[in-house]
Amino acid sequence: MSDFHLDFIVNGEIKHWTIAPGDLLLDVLRREGYFGVKRGCETGECGACTVLVNGKPINSCLMFAAQAEGCEILTIEGVAEGEKLDPLQEAFLEYGAVQCGYCTPGMILSAKALLAEHPDPTEAQVREALGGNFCRCTGYLKPVEAIMAAARVYRQVGPSGARPKAERRSALLGKKR
Amino acid sequence: MSSKHSIVGKNLQKVDGFKLVTGRPAFTDDIYLPGMLYGKILPSPHAHARIKRIDTRKAKELRGVHAVLTYKDVPRVPHTTAGQSWPEPSPYDTYLLDSKMRLVGDRVAAVAAESRAIAEEALRLIEVEYEVLPAILEIEQATADGAPVIHDEPDATGIHDAQHNVAGYILKEIGNVEDGFLESDLVIEREFRTQRQQHCPIEPHVTISWLDSDNRLVIRTSTQVPYHTRRQVAMILQIPVQRVHVVKPRIGGGFGGKQEMLLEDICGALALATHRPVKIEYTREEEFYMARSRHPQILNIKMGVKRDGTLMANKMTVLATTGAYGSHANTVQGNTGSKVLPIYRTPNMRFECHVVYTNTPVAGAFRGYGCPQGYFAQESVMDEIAYTLGMDPVELRKKNMIRLGDIDELSAQLGEGRKGLPRHIRSCGLPECLERGAAAIDWVRKRQEFSNVGPNGVRPLGERRSPLHPESGHLRRGVGVACSMQGSGIAGVDWAAALLKLNEDGSFNLQVGAADLGTGADTVLGQIAAETLGVTLDKMIVCSGDTDFTPFDVGAYASSTTIISGGAVKKASEKVRDHLLLLASKMLDIPVDNLTCRENMVVTKCECEKSVSMEDLAHFAMCKEKVQVMENASHWNTDSPPPFCAQFAEVEVDTETGQIRVVHLVTAVDLGVAINPMQAEGQSEGAVAQSLGYALTEEMVLDASGRVINPSFLDYKMLTAKDMPKLTTILVETEEPLGPYGAKSISEIPINAPAPAVANAVFHAIGVRFQKLPIRPEDVLRALRDKELSSPQRR
Repeated sequence: MSDFHLDFIVNGEIKHWTIAPGDLLLDVLRREGYFGVKRGCETGECGACTVLVNGKPINSCLMFAAQAEGCEILTIEGVAEGEKLDPLQEAFLEYGAVQCGYCTPGMILSAKALLAEHPDPTEAQVREALGGNFCRCTGYLKPVEAIMAAARVYRQVGPSGARPKAERRSALLGKKR
Repeated sequence: MSSKHSIVGKNLQKVDGFKLVTGRPAFTDDIYLPGMLYGKILPSPHAHARIKRIDTRKAKELRGVHAVLTYKDVPRVPHTTAGQSWPEPSPYDTYLLDSKMRLVGDRVAAVAAESRAIAEEALRLIEVEYEVLPAILEIEQATADGAPVIHDEPDATGIHDAQHNVAGYILKEIGNVEDGFLESDLVIEREFRTQRQQHCPIEPHVTISWLDSDNRLVIRTSTQVPYHTRRQVAMILQIPVQRVHVVKPRIGGGFGGKQEMLLEDICGALALATHRPVKIEYTREEEFYMARSRHPQILNIKMGVKRDGTLMANKMTVLATTGAYGSHANTVQGNTGSKVLPIYRTPNMRFECHVVYTNTPVAGAFRGYGCPQGYFAQESVMDEIAYTLGMDPVELRKKNMIRLGDIDELSAQLGEGRKGLPRHIRSCGLPECLERGAAAIDWVRKRQEFSNVGPNGVRPLGERRSPLHPESGHLRRGVGVACSMQGSGIAGVDWAAALLKLNEDGSFNLQVGAADLGTGADTVLGQIAAETLGVTLDKMIVCSGDTDFTPFDVGAYASSTTIISGGAVKKASEKVRDHLLLLASKMLDIPVDNLTCRENMVVTKCECEKSVSMEDLAHFAMCKEKVQVMENASHWNTDSPPPFCAQFAEVEVDTETGQIRVVHLVTAVDLGVAINPMQAEGQSEGAVAQSLGYALTEEMVLDASGRVINPSFLDYKMLTAKDMPKLTTILVETEEPLGPYGAKSISEIPINAPAPAVANAVFHAIGVRFQKLPIRPEDVLRALRDKELSSPQRR
């Protein structure tokens, strides 16, 4: 089979990538330098490769890159605005929620999706949202505390990061179509 | 305690935190080298076999394959994969590649190819004919008459009794336990079994190796032991140490599993063979059968006690398996004795252990290092003694526990593969741990309210449980306690060095061989340096774990980094501080005695309040005096000060489903002074999560052919955010004279006692004592059924 030439919106930027039909989104993202997308199991169990596709957390090891054509993909690299951290990232540092940091990108992205839907989550909702993100270092307490704290900041000042608006998204893709 | 310091004792953010929360490339695999090949290992399908014929021609001919290595192509150097100090205490029974396979997953061959797909295809093209040998899968079969000999190779060394598959043997006795039992009013003897637990770091083992422009072998790897790895790889590949450069980037968790040279040798061999960069990375499945695990043990423990609760004798006899290779065989099991029995003052103690080979996945270092097994047995029997004597389990422990000023002689006998040093207790917060932990779980009230087991025997199952939950008769609650101690570094063995250099802007390079594997060591060591120099943490540029650019350190294991590496950092910082004060004295024309460092300045102690900023002082040193302020220091200890811990569990047992739910887990831990309390709590919480998995859900299961049947996170159950109970962590600070700023250690100790605390709480809830881990729902149901059948009311 021949390669595809497809468009993606990654962290608010349009990307034109050549991919093989069987390429996994995880592999393509890492190949393109998004090393914050981590490989932990390749079977959709650990959540280290979590990215947001159109706002939904998915295991990028279980998705063909081709399936994400035209989608908005948010990786950990797009969560901060330059040097300005997202409240979730700030809280993860502030609350000691990062140990080895390998599962951290996945946890932050899962939390980001949660807070977009539930700005005032209960602890149970936070734990549910992290249910697909294994962490072997923290015992989850500090990540949960960090997410609860970040939710309070979100409610006050809102999240930061690269989040293209719907109209901008179509403009980005439309240009090349 | 901590309040007299400005940096030590503060919850400062991780020095490497920013790059981790932003996903910057920081880990081993976060680089791409042009021309990099993908390495892959062909695993043995048999638990025990000999290669009769191996043909790699087809694999070599496959387009994109650059090397195929078998035992015929590499030097045969007996070694151990255990990353330990020279002279290594583990047997030399392992080979880079061998003609004999000793477990499912043993290395048959290795390939390097242009892609992972080609490498995998090449593995399929290697033709191997095996002579399949009878395999030993059960611990008890290893020493049976006529058992196959797993290590029959003549060149292995350091094996206790290869002909009988005994990798290691330990026997130490203080006093005479048989006399002690005679003097006892109550003697309890029980057998316990523990399972094979896997470390499951979320980052699997991964190594990238290449030849640099000087033809030196660079090994970028997820390791806890960069310097040991350098020495091991040089020996195995038969190249000078000088030619090897090991780089430890950020590590995605290790827990002991990366105190092991697992991929570095074969990856280096492939790089040497191909003259191309090579990456090898375990898949999650490979991680389960090719990496390491916790030694399974069968423990027989017999304890004798006076009617008043005074322990008279403690005899522990262990049969453990190290799997197919003897990595950490003697030392892990030695710790099962040396760090477990002496927590209680007992005049007569005896520890005996056989560590046997089996054709099963290889065990190795795992956080706790032999203690979780030993404490599960000992703390369960302590609980039973308390019940039998009608004593409160907390009181029984308080009565017998080791105290300040005590000297533990058992640890002197059980050193790191040789005679060790006696352990002097110079700090001990165990009484406070028990008191504060008990208060946090509301011990006294819940012992009474939940009580199913009293002097009159076990309350019948049909009866309603505590008034706290009057509506749910099938749910039973219980609380349990267990204590433990650990060490802080290996006495007389572990050592570390640190190098500290001043830059012209008043910042410092802190170069340490220590290996932060996610524990926060870089931050803690930076805090120790910053505190000593009177500067803020942001002035520290911490570089760790690189054999070219940082001085020696044994690495991250044995809870050594804070106390040993931290000791070196403190000494080096003091030397730099002295030098800075001399320079400032010259610059300000003020006597040295009147100067001190604080708040990024050198200031006068007296009221005259003259000062110079660290930046101006650095400028003075480098531009006027033309001197590089730079010092190094080395550090080791003659003792291993133990941290202490009391852990309390509250559980709820569903007598209809057998499900055990941990409701609350309290950890009260004496870690000396906490350099960074928030990070210390995090260490404890993570250790507890691993131990609760050990208690309830985690087990590598082998089939009849020795294959791991659950090598995935779907089938090997670790606890998730949803499964975790409420956690309470209480840092009980004491001042340890041998530790930098009074610190001891925290990373391992909280993993020891949650499992027995849960088991004891389950007993409190339903009156059944479980002696095998993990305690699964089916075990609970079976035990309840058996109990009901044998209860007097039924008969």
